[in-house]
Amino acid sequence: MDEGALRALVPAVLAGLVRRGEDFAAAEDALQEALLEALRVWPDQPPENPRAWLSAVATRRLIDARRSEAARRSREDRLHERREPEPLSTETGDDTLFLLFCCCHPDLPPAAQVALTLRAVGGLTTRQIADACYVPEATMAQRISRAKRSLRGRRLTEPGDLAVVLRVLYLVYTTGHAGRVDLAAEAIRLARQLTLATEEPEARGLLALMLLNHARLPARLDEQGRIVTLDRQDRGRWDTREIAEGVRVLQSALALERPGRYQIEAAIAALHDDAASSAETDWPQILAWYDDLVALTDDPVHQDPAAVLGRAVAVGHVLGPAAGLRETERLREVLGDRHRWHAVRGHLHELAGDLPAAGAAYAEAAHRATDVGERDHLIRQAARARSSTHRDPGEPGPTDTGIEPLG
Amino acid sequence: MPKYLLLKHYRGGPEAHRPVPPMDQWAPEDVEAHMTFLHHVAEVLAERGEYVGAEALTPARTWVRYGGPGAAPVTTEGPHPETSDLVAGWYMIDVESHERALEIAAYVSSEPGPGGEPLYEWIDVREVMTAPASGA
Repeated sequence: MDEGALRALVPAVLAGLVRRGEDFAAAEDALQEALLEALRVWPDQPPENPRAWLSAVATRRLIDARRSEAARRSREDRLHERREPEPLSTETGDDTLFLLFCCCHPDLPPAAQVALTLRAVGGLTTRQIADACYVPEATMAQRISRAKRSLRGRRLTEPGDLAVVLRVLYLVYTTGHAGRVDLAAEAIRLARQLTLATEEPEARGLLALMLLNHARLPARLDEQGRIVTLDRQDRGRWDTREIAEGVRVLQSALALERPGRYQIEAAIAALHDDAASSAETDWPQILAWYDDLVALTDDPVHQDPAAVLGRAVAVGHVLGPAAGLRETERLREVLGDRHRWHAVRGHLHELAGDLPAAGAAYAEAAHRATDVGERDHLIRQAARARSSTHRDPGEPGPTDTGIEPLG
Repeated sequence: MPKYLLLKHYRGGPEAHRPVPPMDQWAPEDVEAHMTFLHHVAEVLAERGEYVGAEALTPARTWVRYGGPGAAPVTTEGPHPETSDLVAGWYMIDVESHERALEIAAYVSSEPGPGGEPLYEWIDVREVMTAPASGA
């Protein structure tokens, strides 16, 4: 049994333990120990029923832990902590959803929700999560145990907030693809599990959005690790299998006619993926989806400025760069200090043929970037715009911001 | 082996040996050469077993201090005088000797600038104190 198959068993086993009335934190610890033992023992002695084996070993650990606990605590304390066992569920899809609700408890800070989800639902080790988030292992271990401590004593049986779960999974996706563990792929795996557990169209919208963006990942960086903008990517390197799956999932979500932000963002990503070349991008339709996106909030400039900024790019392509620049003006107070706002304006100035203004905007963006790869890209854009006072008609056209539509 | 921090600055330090404009005003090929060189430095250090870490900082700076009992922290976000030091990033290295640290810093400083000429950037070399022995 490989590590992936082993990890796939985690939600069912953990949910089983918690539903039986075990404390979430203690059960999670016990299961981690059982997983480590499985990796050690199974190569020589493969179990007949892996899930039952894990559950039995974790239960043994829990009993051991309780015995040593009992030596320290009084009987009274323990009676106080006991909880009524919950009825057993028969569906494994429920297990994933149940655990996601536990790990994405609204009272936890986002970083803790992410870490706990990766461990308790994803089955990753603390070391793997630490690597993926670029923090020392001890720091991540502490973050996880603090999160578990703050969940202690909470009732984990009430229905959770699916919107929070979706946000956490998207955060896992955007946390990175660079480390030794591909968190983007992990987020997709978790979102796929989630769609098996709920009919909610936004869950499918999120899965579709991840797939449709992830499909372009192989073309996003060149051999030297430099960002390649969407309009210059080698579209032959896009993952057509992932695009097809993303479109299929998106269509099944849209068919339910309960649109939401993930479905709309996925629809925009699908239109980018669908264009055979950047010149063939269906900007009018993208703009129409952005109109829907900004209509989801009463005050999009303050409640969803990223959507308004993405829409400004689409406006620039449909109605002309001057109109796009006017749109960005509405965001000056909210986003004027952010690199994306300046990068988008650089792009629109370049579309308009105003290279000095584009160069200045890209330089402002570089100055504010918080990611080295994006900073380097924006410096290149600035240098390029400033060095070409007139454009050779044979040269490629203006490039895009280097930032995914809603990144 | 002693550890050293090689600090690069946005501004500050001794008078520039060779004043240059900001990088976004260089020719694109010079920008490229510069970035390639810095990646190369990290690779060389890693290959020689001297690399501990490298980080870049954004130029935004906030000074903050305790505001007093029950009060919010007091911050100042400038403007700061153009002469104040502003660290841009660092390499952390673990090397045989102080001489080796200086050698690496000088190599970093030879990074290509406009026209492919070395930048002669001043690098601030600081030795990291070893942590006190502890029972932990």
